Amino acid sequence: MIENLIPWLQQGFKFAAFLALAALGELLIEKSGSLNLGTPGTMCVGAATGFISVYRYVAAVEEPNAFVLIVLALGVSFLSAMLMGALYSFFTVTLRINQNVIGLIITIFGVGLAKFLSDYFVKSTSGNVRCDEAHRVFTAKIPFLSEELGVVSKVLFNYGFMFYLSIALAVVVALFLNRTRTGLNLRAVGENPATADAAGISVTRYRYLAACIGSGLVGLAGIFCTMEFKSGAWAVADIDSIEAFGWLAVALVIFALWKPMNLLWGSLVFSICYWAYMYLPKMLGINVPTDLAQMLPYVITILVLIVTNLRKNRESQGPAALGQSYFREER
Amino acid sequence: MDTQNKIAVSFRGVTKTFGSVYANRDVTMEIHKGEILSLLGENGSGKTTLMNMLSGIYCPDAGEIYLDGKQVTIRSPQDAHALGIGMIHQHFKLVDVFTAAENVLLGVKGREILNVAEATEKINTICRTYGFEIDPSMKVYDMTVSQKQTLEIVKALYRGANILILDEPTAVLTPQETDKLFSVLREMRKDGKTVIIITHKLHEVLAVSDRVAILRKGEYVDTVETATANEQILTELMVGQKVELNIERPAPENPVLRLQVEHLTVKGHEGETVLEDVSFDAYGGEILGIAGISGCGQKELLESIAGLQHVEAGSKVLYDAPDGTKEDLIGKDPKKIKELGVALSFVPEDRLGMGLVGGMGMVGNMQLRNYTMRKSILAEIKHSKELAEQIREELGVVTPSLNTPVRRLSGGNVQKVLVGREIASAPAVLMTAYAVRGLDIGASYTIYHLLNKQKAKGVAVIFVGEDLDVLVALCDRIMVLCDGKVNGIVDGRTATKEEIGYLMTNLKTEGGESNG
Amino acid sequence: MAEQTVKTKKAPLFHIVGRGRGQLPAYLAWGIRVGAFLLALLLNAAFVYLVVQVDPLTFYQTMLKGAFGEGYLWATVKGAAKLLCIAVALAPAFKMRFWNIGAEGQVLVGGIAAAIIMFYCTNLPPVVIILLMAVCSIIAGGLWGLLPAVFKAKMDANETLFTLMMNYIAMNLVNYFYYLWRGPKTALGKINQTTHRGWLSSLWEERDANGFLVQQEESLFTNSDFWFVAIIIVITVLMFFYLKYTKQGYEIAVVGESRNTARYAGISVNKVMLRTMIISGAVCGLCGFLVVSSQSNTISTSMAGGYGFTAIIVAWLSKFNTFTMAGVSVLIVALEKGAAQMANQYGSIGFSPAAADVMIGIMLLLIVGSEFFIHYKVAFRKKTKEVAAV
Repeated sequence: MIENLIPWLQQGFKFAAFLALAALGELLIEKSGSLNLGTPGTMCVGAATGFISVYRYVAAVEEPNAFVLIVLALGVSFLSAMLMGALYSFFTVTLRINQNVIGLIITIFGVGLAKFLSDYFVKSTSGNVRCDEAHRVFTAKIPFLSEELGVVSKVLFNYGFMFYLSIALAVVVALFLNRTRTGLNLRAVGENPATADAAGISVTRYRYLAACIGSGLVGLAGIFCTMEFKSGAWAVADIDSIEAFGWLAVALVIFALWKPMNLLWGSLVFSICYWAYMYLPKMLGINVPTDLAQMLPYVITILVLIVTNLRKNRESQGPAALGQSYFREER
Repeated sequence: MDTQNKIAVSFRGVTKTFGSVYANRDVTMEIHKGEILSLLGENGSGKTTLMNMLSGIYCPDAGEIYLDGKQVTIRSPQDAHALGIGMIHQHFKLVDVFTAAENVLLGVKGREILNVAEATEKINTICRTYGFEIDPSMKVYDMTVSQKQTLEIVKALYRGANILILDEPTAVLTPQETDKLFSVLREMRKDGKTVIIITHKLHEVLAVSDRVAILRKGEYVDTVETATANEQILTELMVGQKVELNIERPAPENPVLRLQVEHLTVKGHEGETVLEDVSFDAYGGEILGIAGISGCGQKELLESIAGLQHVEAGSKVLYDAPDGTKEDLIGKDPKKIKELGVALSFVPEDRLGMGLVGGMGMVGNMQLRNYTMRKSILAEIKHSKELAEQIREELGVVTPSLNTPVRRLSGGNVQKVLVGREIASAPAVLMTAYAVRGLDIGASYTIYHLLNKQKAKGVAVIFVGEDLDVLVALCDRIMVLCDGKVNGIVDGRTATKEEIGYLMTNLKTEGGESNG
Repeated sequence: MAEQTVKTKKAPLFHIVGRGRGQLPAYLAWGIRVGAFLLALLLNAAFVYLVVQVDPLTFYQTMLKGAFGEGYLWATVKGAAKLLCIAVALAPAFKMRFWNIGAEGQVLVGGIAAAIIMFYCTNLPPVVIILLMAVCSIIAGGLWGLLPAVFKAKMDANETLFTLMMNYIAMNLVNYFYYLWRGPKTALGKINQTTHRGWLSSLWEERDANGFLVQQEESLFTNSDFWFVAIIIVITVLMFFYLKYTKQGYEIAVVGESRNTARYAGISVNKVMLRTMIISGAVCGLCGFLVVSSQSNTISTSMAGGYGFTAIIVAWLSKFNTFTMAGVSVLIVALEKGAAQMANQYGSIGFSPAAADVMIGIMLLLIVGSEFFIHYKVAFRKKTKEVAAV
């Protein structure tokens, strides 16, 4: 039983960290009042561009440098996803088009773009394309800690750097939102843009920046997913599963009540549900229908949505201006 | 040089228009340093607009603003902050889920890492200096209206305001809270701050201010020292000379009781009393005017009668149908009221947001009252088309077509559509709220004429108005509301504007005497 | 005082003003939309040229052939009909300003309901099965739509997020039944492959004594695709009339425009909201039934063809007019099929099927973006004012 518990926890933790990172990006965007339904598409673009760049890099040089590879993968994922965020902001903030409509278009467009780019640059249609070098770098473990501490090593220190980066980023974003001036202003923009505007905060600038940086994080989650769960392999079909994970991340933000630290354990709940079908049968002999288990995250998110509305607790609601465009009354 | 230094703000020839309407015309006035100045005027006299130009919400079309003798251009609220001007609006600009301290810190430049402790300390210092009571760690959604207002003032002071503008600060406060506010304002004056309060409550003006500046219809009238003023003088300055309007007023013909309102009490969202024990009768064949400063319960009164307002127990609205039956309308929604056959028409204040559907044309808006007329599942349209055509012709509505969204029509035409529809249903009671607001002279007279025609037909017309000249020229009787209570019902033919203006601003005490 | 020196900020270079009363005349508004469409075609041609160096003329020809050419037209019509059906289902919800993002899920549960009847009630006569399937689909879809509306009405729960979640619950339900029915086989395949029970075609198919199908003469009326499209056209027309001419349609319009006005007119906002979402979900459910009975004869998560989201954009772009939706649906599906043809012809030199989504994305962004210029105008800073300020 225990021998099955550990892989389950490992898989659960890893997947949780990835989900938390993606949700963190979406959370940052939503905090500014933008409900970005383009996140799944953005994540696909981040994953595809990141993979393409390292694949090409590894193919082009004789001895790929691990550091360059990481910077390239993360940088390209972040920047390309950021562009998607900028596109979203341009249409929703500057052109004032409905956020839901633009978000869905970004997702349709992003998924298509990701598939197209990977077809075009790495010929992924012809079969599985691999980049083992990158996979190795991304999953390199911390030397001592990952081996010498028994169960602790296996459960807590058995992951690549993205795992720790995700947790660190969640903490950083939590501190940013609660402890800094910019974070305070950002929250005000999402809660009450008119008040923020009157206080001299540029709603436009904050929404643009939140969408760009948040999308960037979503892009990082994309490359994390590729390297960790696809073992550095790449096929166009993977993009569809990344899109599905993107929607899971959107749900997670609601489940976490828009609080970054809640993402960390909330993602674990999602993750355990999501992978229950693989490990529960082995561990307890219970047969869990895969799909009913994978439905759970969405069901509990709806329950959370209902309960928070029922309790009318102001602290656990989403940003008050979520989904609403803002324009100053004409003077 | 000495007088120069005494003057904090001076307006020179400041003019602001909205469309073709002058909100302020050629205003030249001065505000002294370290004084409490009351800005007095009726609704629509341009008080708030003038102050909005000082606080950066609007830019003047013409004229200059001087601060300490130097000309300034104030383009935004931030410019105003930088110049030490803070304004507390009627609608508070606070983030509900933030604490008091977070709201104060919002948008303030400084070190990136928030130091809430330091801010809290500074807020506490401000509170001690002026006698505020506020908990910096309290969330805004837990605050009372009075606490929110206090927070707004603290916010302005934290940003270094030397000139503080308060727009109708006492409208939302209880008498005790008002007293506390005034003592705080006096503390601020002692500290050399300049305080401007926009108001139309005379006894408060006299209680707190050093000088009173009066605006009337967008123009500056005069400034008087409070010490030499009394309510009589102020009312006269505020309402001005009587203007002859030439509105016809036929004598009511055998008026019959149509509507009895008894002990109507309404509470607002925050639990405050909006209407208190209001009782009156309305008669068919007469126009009953309702006067009062804005927001003292007129809207709630009409909506209670129309079945759109939650009222407290004990309230009664009895409708006396022409056939002699009596019906209590309380606890019934508009649909039920209509099904009972109560011929009640209502022209609400918010024309496009409540009375009409802005995105529909005239025909669609006629359907609002008629669409259920047919027995089948289909909405009635033929009659509505005819009605729309008829109203367009009879009232001269200017519209490209009967299906042009009414939102795109001018204010006068919108109102003609609304009033036309409400009259068309042959009402026994017709209620109108600010029926001529924003309308030009011609359109206004059309409306007066229509109301008089209804009166002649025996309809009980209830006319909520704001222009006293119109009220005394049009109405047979005028009920004056003050702070949600009936402060007197006067005869429209004999009442003077001063008398009504006085009743609007001075609540009678229990003994029936005004507290001067 | 130190603060006296305020930097006089320049007025911004331009600012955006609503058109307010001075709305654009209809022909100009449509001019802008057509302009955006043409621009998108140009951009797409440039994109194609960049990728596979196919010249624009060939590109347009190939697109036209793939969308409307002989042998291709029918696929476009079917696709457009499916997209239209979902968009039409969304029309009443959107007109009421209720963000029903859950069309995909409502179609899927409709499909599941139909398939369950198909799978388990095989002993009933064909007509009864088909009718039962239709009714169950409508009920399932209606309930799926009703649930978020109940919580919106009762406690103002955010309907965008709620309906979004409902999609994935439905998707997992589909997978659940798919694997349940598939059993150890590699794929589920068509349900009732031999008996054709629950297939729309079972209504007109004849069988001989041994149960073998009797060859019938080809005609429109014995063509499932024809009925699929025809029924959707009927739904479209009915919905148009429902929204435009009935009392309920009028109430939806009033609630969508202003809840306050609705209250003033004695319309119960909550009642209208619940009723309308039942209708919206029910039509989606019906779409699921149509797909299962006449197209796929089985279930899969791609039953809705991924059109659940596209339909939202179609409905929004068409301003709730069901006939405009028909046009927009054809446009989008034509683009999709045309691009598929491009991929077919030029796939070997790098034009992948995914390029279709990119082209559709470009098209949608431009057309949707053009709405801005219809509702707002951009006023540039006046030079003269600048001089006066100095």
